[in-house]
Amino acid sequence: MIRINCPFCGERDHSEFGYGGDGSIEYPPLDASAEAWTQAVFERENIRGVQTESWQHVSGCRQWLLVERDTMTHEIHSVRAAHSGVAAVVEKEQQS
Amino acid sequence: MSASRLKTGGHIDRTREIEFRWDNTRYTGFKGDTLASALLANGETIFGRSFKYHRPRGVMSAGVEESGAIVTTGKANRRDPNVKATTQEIFPGLEARGQNAWPNVRRDCGAVNNLMGRFFSAGFYYKTFMGIPPFEWGRKGTGIWMQYEKLIRRAAGMGKASREPDPDHYEHGHLFCDVLVVGSGPSGLAAAVKCAEQGLDVLLVEQDFEFGGDYLNHSSEESLRKRDAALAKLNSAGARVMSRTTAFGLYDYGVAGLLQRVTDHLPNPEPSLPRQRFLTLRARHTILATGALERHFAFGNNDLPGIMNAHAADAYVNRFGVLPGQQVVVATNNDSAYNTANQLARVGASVTLVDARTAIPDSISGLLGTRGVELVTGSTVLNAVGKRHITAVELADAVGSGWKQGPTRDCDLLLVSGGWSPVVNLLSHRGVRPQWDHDNCCFVPAPTNEAITSTGSSLGIWGNSDCEDAGRAAADAAIASVGNQTNTVAMPAAGGWETPLQPLYEVNVDGVSKKSFIDPQHDVTADDVRLAHQEGFVSVEHLKRYTTLGMATDQGKMGNIIGMALMAEALGKEVPDVGTTTFRPPYTPISIGALAGRAFGAHFKALRRTPMHDWNLEHGATMVDAGLWQRPWYFAREGETITEAYIREATTTRKTVGLCDVTSLGKIAIQGPDATELINRVYSNAFAKLPIGKARYGIMLRDDGIVMDDGTTWRFSDTDYFMTTTTAHAAKVMVWLEELLQMRWPDLKVHVTSVSEQWAGVAVAGPNSRDVLAACIADASVVTNDALPFMGVVETTLANGAPCRIARISFSGEMAFEVYVGSDHANGMMDLLHTQAMLVDGCLYGTEALGALRIEKGHVTGVELDGRATIDDAGLGKMASDKKSYIGSALRKRPELMREDRPRLVGIFPKDRSEKFKAGSILCRTDKVAGHGEGWITAVTHSPELGHWIGLGYISGGHEHWADSTLVAADPVRTGNTEVEIVSPHMVDPTGERMHG
Repeated sequence: MIRINCPFCGERDHSEFGYGGDGSIEYPPLDASAEAWTQAVFERENIRGVQTESWQHVSGCRQWLLVERDTMTHEIHSVRAAHSGVAAVVEKEQQS
Repeated sequence: MSASRLKTGGHIDRTREIEFRWDNTRYTGFKGDTLASALLANGETIFGRSFKYHRPRGVMSAGVEESGAIVTTGKANRRDPNVKATTQEIFPGLEARGQNAWPNVRRDCGAVNNLMGRFFSAGFYYKTFMGIPPFEWGRKGTGIWMQYEKLIRRAAGMGKASREPDPDHYEHGHLFCDVLVVGSGPSGLAAAVKCAEQGLDVLLVEQDFEFGGDYLNHSSEESLRKRDAALAKLNSAGARVMSRTTAFGLYDYGVAGLLQRVTDHLPNPEPSLPRQRFLTLRARHTILATGALERHFAFGNNDLPGIMNAHAADAYVNRFGVLPGQQVVVATNNDSAYNTANQLARVGASVTLVDARTAIPDSISGLLGTRGVELVTGSTVLNAVGKRHITAVELADAVGSGWKQGPTRDCDLLLVSGGWSPVVNLLSHRGVRPQWDHDNCCFVPAPTNEAITSTGSSLGIWGNSDCEDAGRAAADAAIASVGNQTNTVAMPAAGGWETPLQPLYEVNVDGVSKKSFIDPQHDVTADDVRLAHQEGFVSVEHLKRYTTLGMATDQGKMGNIIGMALMAEALGKEVPDVGTTTFRPPYTPISIGALAGRAFGAHFKALRRTPMHDWNLEHGATMVDAGLWQRPWYFAREGETITEAYIREATTTRKTVGLCDVTSLGKIAIQGPDATELINRVYSNAFAKLPIGKARYGIMLRDDGIVMDDGTTWRFSDTDYFMTTTTAHAAKVMVWLEELLQMRWPDLKVHVTSVSEQWAGVAVAGPNSRDVLAACIADASVVTNDALPFMGVVETTLANGAPCRIARISFSGEMAFEVYVGSDHANGMMDLLHTQAMLVDGCLYGTEALGALRIEKGHVTGVELDGRATIDDAGLGKMASDKKSYIGSALRKRPELMREDRPRLVGIFPKDRSEKFKAGSILCRTDKVAGHGEGWITAVTHSPELGHWIGLGYISGGHEHWADSTLVAADPVRTGNTEVEIVSPHMVDPTGERMHG
């Protein structure tokens, strides 16, 4: 039973979160080719080890998070806001 | 017959006599007895009948590994099967019965199976009943098997669970601690005390009803004093201790699953108490002091009543004050049984100890004491003699590395010790494969990186004093792992016996055939293992499945190692090379009720009611579940059936006006300077130029080009939109928009807010809808045809002053409006509209009539947009924009999704208009009613407008392809087949004049 340390709410049980998927996918522009979209949507790695995943704190702050999780051990290495601007603000606040 | 209560001794309370019933007969025992000890004290010998052969079975152990004394407790709706008599404590009013026997375990007619034992070896049923000649010659037939299986399953088996609803209630809870200690034996208590005295928050759990573990099985007062002192220290240090609580599984992140049996031992529990608690515990460190289980070994008739594990006799004598036999043979291959033999002699039994080993040093034989225990070395048991109870043993004498037939000795109790197996189950749940300890012939825990420490005899450490040290060493590991300083005590080495154990798994003498059990609970014999090997099932996992070894309720606690050892022997390998099976939770069975907790019946899922729920009920609604929501299904008038009601409602709506609660639709406020851009990217149809004061129907796709959801979006200003979604996908669409905004398009300045709960909505549909609505709002001029044309939206106030939002949109195909007010104003809105609607003979309608109206129009819902349909499949392809890019635009035109023969949305009429058909039917050609057919039917209704049954569905190529054809709506398991015709999905008012008018 994984616990995720939400940057906004603190450590919470995984049952509060919704799983997104591979958080490292760079989706192409909407007008990109079908090949580019096929690559992004269907051609996925089945990673054994640390993978960056997207999780949403659905029953909390509703923020989408990028979680580095080891798929073998469930160990979580890092959690940050998926929204790049929000993540930068959080990081700045943590440093000050 | 043989066992009896000792005059003194034991940790039972002889001042408290307890009355209970076994097989409808009254018995008494003492407080502190288990059902097994109390019945043994009363001279009972047969407790159960075996799984396949219905052989009589007695008590084989004194704990959770029990495979013989398996009984049923309780009655009627509290009947609980497969309870181990060795762990069930007695209480006043306890009722227990034997199981898998008729008429009872002492005289069981099923015992005839035993005579035909050779027919019932592993795999017998499958070989015999599948493809029986001559009926199924040449075919891999399972038809006859299907018939026989029911009978076979009835003859074999365990107890029967109650089929009535469980009258008890169960709770779920969450606990936290620094250190969880599983087991309260010498090592567990020592570990818990040290951690608690270091100021850590300690939780100690014990599956038994008494704390102490092996401390309870000693005759000396010293053991109990140690236990009591430890418990007192735990108490004063503020540690929590829980008895009758099993740590049944270990999970990620230091989570342990605990089952606490709260009232199972109480005659008249407080009704407010749950029967059991299912607790999720999070520990920073876990210490496993789960002990070890003694093994038996395979010899002839080794399942006879009167044969038990050697150490169980220590428990019966010293804990329960029961002498399990007068004339005792103890058969061992290790040092641990010597003390047991001494104990039995001490309380007056005549004891012979046969040791498979030949050289026994004086220090060990000295343990036998001075009470005349006879020691025979180089000897073991070949066969047990007796019909319903053991009467003698045929011994075998060592010759070289084998055995030869030896003398026969009379006895009424045979104690067996084939070595010990540490309980590695919980660590196995964490994926840690145990290692083989060659010296001790057992699997021991392998190291793990997790915050888990095994200790005591679960680590293969045998002596009590070593186990105490081991507990303290484990405590150090726990204290260090939660970040405190401590002095480190060295973990004692495994083992602790003076003379090495001699591996002994089976006793064989050439020419002597016998039935020797390795998994008594599932009646798996040593011959079954050899048969499996002979037939090629050599891996442990295959062996297990073929013979069912280790698949009974004890998960192989008794027999697994012997089974593996015999397979290793057959393969000429070592035990660890054969492997071990993975233990899975739960360690001991837990009731389904505990897993469910309170999540059953009305509490199985959350319930959502619309703000006008009570209003709907007051006006005659019958409700239906729609996802988590309850929605009005139909509003039956006096004497009306559901069919009559919805046909009347739909007819009335088309003729004058109808009102329908649509609050359950998802509603999302989309606000911000980039709101238009977001909506335009999300919907497949054009939205960039939606004027303020207008709504538009939109279809959104997934990335892969399949339809995700549909709904309407209303524009109130440059930066303010109101989106509705389907009821089913409300949450999903909200999550989707959040994902897009936070992950893909962080530059868009848009806020999305779910307002589904804030707005109550009603559809006002029918030719008189505008007049009814006009009479209910403060300014009737805002809803005239010019002011509010088709797809217009307006914010205004109701006649009662409540602010409202109105859109002229139609799901029914009639002129219609959706009106939304703040949820608190829902009843007021309904009162106003209902009063006016009644003046023009209107009505309320529910989801059934809503369905009829939308099917007539060919409007799609979730059953058509089922996650497989493209926008073209649903007949809406023309809506999709070619001028812009949007989510799904790149992939929706993949060749596979553009095939001409893809299923397309169609309408369906019965060929004979008086006939009906059902949703879920498969559309087939008349000459080929088989397979997947050409399509399927998603929804049907009786159409009031057309006067016959109609349906919607998908068929390959669409309705043009099947014009003038007759097909079959095949429904083989329900109503049979109906001939149908395929028509356009727009079955009523295809040009939409009514809603525009």
